[in-house]
Amino acid sequence: MKSWSLYKNHRLFAGTVFLGFLGLSSLIALQPATRVQADNAPLPTAVALTPDQQAGMRVFIGEGCVACHTQQVRNIDMDKTWGGRPGMPADYAWRQRLDVWRATPSVLGSERTGPDLTEVGVRQPSDLWHLLHLYQPRSVVKESIMPAFPWLFRDSTAGTPAGLALHVPAAYREPGNHTIVPTRRAQQLVAYLMSLKQAELPTGQALPFLNVSPPKEAVATGAPAPGGEPVLDGATLYATNCQACHQASGEGLKGAFPPLKGSPVVNNADATLMVNIILQGYNPRPEYGVMPPFAAKLTDAEIAAIMTHERSSWGNKAAPVTADFVKKVRALLKPGPATASAL
Amino acid sequence: MKTSRFSHRHRYTLLAAALLLAPAGAGAQPAAPAEGPMLAQPAVLGMIGLLLVIVLGALVLLVGRVAALVRGTQPPSHENVDGRFDETVTNLTAAQLEAILARRQAQEFAPDRTALGGTQGPRDPQGLVQRVAIDVHAPWFHEKRRTIPFSDLDPQLTTLVAGFLLCAAFWLVLGTSVGWYAGVKFVSPDVDHLAALSFGRLRPVHTNMVFWGWSSLAMLGLGHFVVPRTNNAPLFSRRWGWWSLGLINASVLLGSLCLLNGVNNGGGEYREYIWPVMLLFGVGVALASANFYQTIARRTTEEFYISNWYILAATIWGVVLTVIGYLPWYQNGMGETVIQGYYMHMGVGMWFMTFTLGLMYYFLPMSLNKPIYSYSLGVLAFWTQLLFYTMIGTHHFIFSPLPWWLQTVAIVFSAGMVIPVLAGTINFLMTFRGNRKRVGDSYSLPFLLMGVLFYFTGSFQGSLQALRYTNLVWHFTDFNVAHSHITMYGIISFMLWGCIYTMAPKLRGREPRQVLVGVHFWFALVGLLAYVVALMIGGTLKGQSWMAGEPFIKSVVLMAPFWLWRAIGGTFMLLAHFVFFYNLVDMLLLGKPAAAAVVTPSKSQAHEILESV
Repeated sequence: MKSWSLYKNHRLFAGTVFLGFLGLSSLIALQPATRVQADNAPLPTAVALTPDQQAGMRVFIGEGCVACHTQQVRNIDMDKTWGGRPGMPADYAWRQRLDVWRATPSVLGSERTGPDLTEVGVRQPSDLWHLLHLYQPRSVVKESIMPAFPWLFRDSTAGTPAGLALHVPAAYREPGNHTIVPTRRAQQLVAYLMSLKQAELPTGQALPFLNVSPPKEAVATGAPAPGGEPVLDGATLYATNCQACHQASGEGLKGAFPPLKGSPVVNNADATLMVNIILQGYNPRPEYGVMPPFAAKLTDAEIAAIMTHERSSWGNKAAPVTADFVKKVRALLKPGPATASAL
Repeated sequence: MKTSRFSHRHRYTLLAAALLLAPAGAGAQPAAPAEGPMLAQPAVLGMIGLLLVIVLGALVLLVGRVAALVRGTQPPSHENVDGRFDETVTNLTAAQLEAILARRQAQEFAPDRTALGGTQGPRDPQGLVQRVAIDVHAPWFHEKRRTIPFSDLDPQLTTLVAGFLLCAAFWLVLGTSVGWYAGVKFVSPDVDHLAALSFGRLRPVHTNMVFWGWSSLAMLGLGHFVVPRTNNAPLFSRRWGWWSLGLINASVLLGSLCLLNGVNNGGGEYREYIWPVMLLFGVGVALASANFYQTIARRTTEEFYISNWYILAATIWGVVLTVIGYLPWYQNGMGETVIQGYYMHMGVGMWFMTFTLGLMYYFLPMSLNKPIYSYSLGVLAFWTQLLFYTMIGTHHFIFSPLPWWLQTVAIVFSAGMVIPVLAGTINFLMTFRGNRKRVGDSYSLPFLLMGVLFYFTGSFQGSLQALRYTNLVWHFTDFNVAHSHITMYGIISFMLWGCIYTMAPKLRGREPRQVLVGVHFWFALVGLLAYVVALMIGGTLKGQSWMAGEPFIKSVVLMAPFWLWRAIGGTFMLLAHFVFFYNLVDMLLLGKPAAAAVVTPSKSQAHEILESV
């Protein structure tokens, strides 16, 4: 005589919990996943990863970088730091199984012990910087706690192609006559990192961020200037945007990033060249890393605040720069991509 | 505390003050102005309240311990009521004095600790020796009740269970050593430059090893004991049990070697083992599931006890979610992220939590020697666990590009988790009711009690963290690391330890050294509190720093002291695990089982006696 009580009929019980869980799982995981996957294609403006960048992504996964780095710009204004618009499914449409053995790379991440990497290719377009940073993060960011990856580099004594050798500051290398050269894997990883940027939306219209944060009081010093605009804190903006290369001391890194301290460009009474470099980027000197353009990232007022900070710190003694001046120089440039001040 | 503007330092002191003074401050400042947006948030207040639950719980245990200690060391007070005493003493004759001294000596006689020792068990028809609770010569340590060994165990099943537990303890020690070392790297990132020991590789080694190696094997080991016992039937197949153990061990070993060598499945948390390795684990759990099912099918009772529902269901769900997590057909693009949220949360909720709750329904009544408070609450908790827990995985991806409705469902059901959690907590606490003394007399019940408190705290914390506002502050910060340690360590590990200390002495009749069990308990508890409090405060400050738009590196710098505290707490936790490993080896391997003493226990142990026969 079969009982119909769940607690007396073990077959009925096992069937119920199995089907119940499978049913709910299908509702909440299998179906949404299938639907999301079906309704997904990369943006037409997105650039597919090259084989080298693909290989770099494998290094990225194998070294467990996702444990500390997200690639996820959430639709809340505090995430504006990490990208120009909130992430959308199409940004991740390229993701699929790495190979038979390995699954889809889980790059969205769940922990931000290090910075988000969605746009690291824009924020930091200098491969020299990335290589130095991978070899020894503290050689470029003193306070960093990121692991060093010396096994992605080799010690080469002879036959090194010029230009590949890293200029590691003496404090971060073993004494002796070492030439540190990135391996192919390091170059691939850097190629992957530099490929990371948000594709532009075809309509050119940005998705909205939810406005949820309290008013930013850390960047503004609080007291509004007579004009009503808050006074921007150039030191903080410098730390956010410039310090990774030019360093807190303003001295840069020998053989990698030029000093601002005592620099004739920074101290020049006519700041036009300096504004131009910041707006358009700079790469004519092979011994130094590439400087990214900031025209789309910073407003005129922010650039003016940073410049004023740079021109009055570390012994530099040049006159402050106004937002109006930056605006004038910007207007002289060819009409390029949309500027931040226009957004 | 009348700051109107929140500078960074003020936020820190306020938070610390709120954590310490919240109960007092509420009454003292009836008209306190709103203290900034952060502390005014109900979810934040709730979180502080939850933290207080565990801190107060630990304090109650500690105060009880210290009070007993003080009582034990103070000589009894003899009040000189009206001065007649002195008078009498001075007027005593030498003969009277001698008689009194001799009498006092006789009265103060106490056998030394070895007086009743010997090769034979004591003849103790009144059960007096068994009931001695305090050793007057060592008042620092509360003498705990001895465990009554089972007399009817299948020695081969005992060996299987011991095998599971010893392997589990081994993975615990190794896995938390790895975790500890990974934590040290936050304080000292250049401590080594070896590829295999870099943080990115060690982190998944740690998480997977304590998940699949420690917790899973410990649960399964206890399950292989509970299922036959509660169904009054022998285990269906011991061979399947050994296969299950072997396969899971192989999976953890191979998986760890893969990760150390840079072979990572895709970086999704707890899915870092590649599929051939995870397959071994899945087959191991499936074998255990079939074994349990067949044992239940051969039961000699009409109904099967509630522990079996949880345990059988957990093994079924564990297999299902592993399969769903690893099948490839729906995991391109954002499909992967839907599955990741589901998988990482179900791993905790439907596998670890469900199984461990099943163990609680057996071991808690056993160590309290009374039935569970309410069978019906257990039923309610079981079905709501299935209904609500399954739906909440996406709350790990609030504000992500996943469909907004999926995020909302996850948040709503996260709040619904209140029902199973309250049902379970009330059930366990009501079972504890009226047994305060018994908790102090036992070396396993303190673990179970803290496990229950953490169950309440950790689960509610999870529900609160799922809300959209709290996500703004805490998501991506170290707060989540604190939460996962409150749950996987505070709930799962504490409950498992309580169960193991209840069962293991019964297997071979050999008790652990009670001082060492105490060391294990207090080191684990104090270490965990230091760990989670540090990361919760640090995580909050980090989130606020991000919201204020400060340069990212500032949030790294501000975490430095909290990461140091985490490492200190972690050190205590790790030491506790070494002690636990020794205790387990002591109970299961060292020495011969004590000769079966002729024990005539008291009536209050009737249930235990019935259980043991």
